[in-house]
Amino acid sequence: MNLSVGDTHEAVVIEKVNRTHIVKYAGASGDFNPLHHDDPAAQSLGGYPSVFAHGMLSMGLTGRMLTDWLGAAALRKFGVRFTRQVWPGDTLTSKGEVTAVSEENGQKLATIKVVTVNQNGEAVVEGEAVAAIG
Amino acid sequence: MADGFEFPVDRTAVMLFARALLDIRPEFSDPDAAETKALGGIVVPPTFVQSSAHWQPDYGLDLTRPRKGPPPVRGGGGGGGGVGRGLHAEQHYEYHHPIHTGDTLTVTSRPGERWERQGRRGGKLLFSESITEYRNQDGVLCVTARSIGVQTERAVDQ
Repeated sequence: MNLSVGDTHEAVVIEKVNRTHIVKYAGASGDFNPLHHDDPAAQSLGGYPSVFAHGMLSMGLTGRMLTDWLGAAALRKFGVRFTRQVWPGDTLTSKGEVTAVSEENGQKLATIKVVTVNQNGEAVVEGEAVAAIG
Repeated sequence: MADGFEFPVDRTAVMLFARALLDIRPEFSDPDAAETKALGGIVVPPTFVQSSAHWQPDYGLDLTRPRKGPPPVRGGGGGGGGVGRGLHAEQHYEYHHPIHTGDTLTVTSRPGERWERQGRRGGKLLFSESITEYRNQDGVLCVTARSIGVQTERAVDQ
């Protein structure tokens, strides 16, 4: 894959998050924190208006944008900060932009700035990835 | 968890994890696909190692798991978040070597840095870092994960 600085990719990674999406991630990941599936617990334990999605669901969906773009085995690094919670009803769009291309031991690498935003354009996840290209 | 625990990478677990991320790539489920064969077998999504929580004996975010003896400390999650005021602040992975279904990973974690700062609205924020290494059955380091959790004094404003 040939990538240059400034190349971008964007994908809607989930539309209208619902509680079934969230419990499916809970079951797959093993993270059964009640804040993510039990509305009364989210209110009484955390003071939240409702359950919200695992940060790792947002990161995983962001990772899907990257593997769909770059290939299933291309990533060398992937890191994010969780900047905002994802609530039932949210629709998320992930965007990647190549910020640098380098070479290490004969392997071409792309550094990619990553952001996932909700339907209001607010970032829920921000980070960076490094992928082997070419 | 200095001695670590074993995490067998099972094909069904990888399929379920990919499905939870709405991911239908054949490389994560279909051993017969040309794309999968090109990678030497089924591989795993970038955040899959998170599901090692199922095998972590003292995992604190699965309080209904049947177990002998007393339950672990509530909120002691490997994911960096926690019950109540705890939240997952950051997650970072470095990928050193591919993970395939059939691998048995050994998972070891150690605490990293701890620090605090004043939040804009949530009062004092206490950050703590945890570093987890995933090694395969040949002793090869596959993934290094760095997780940062934060405890807040008040619920996070929306």
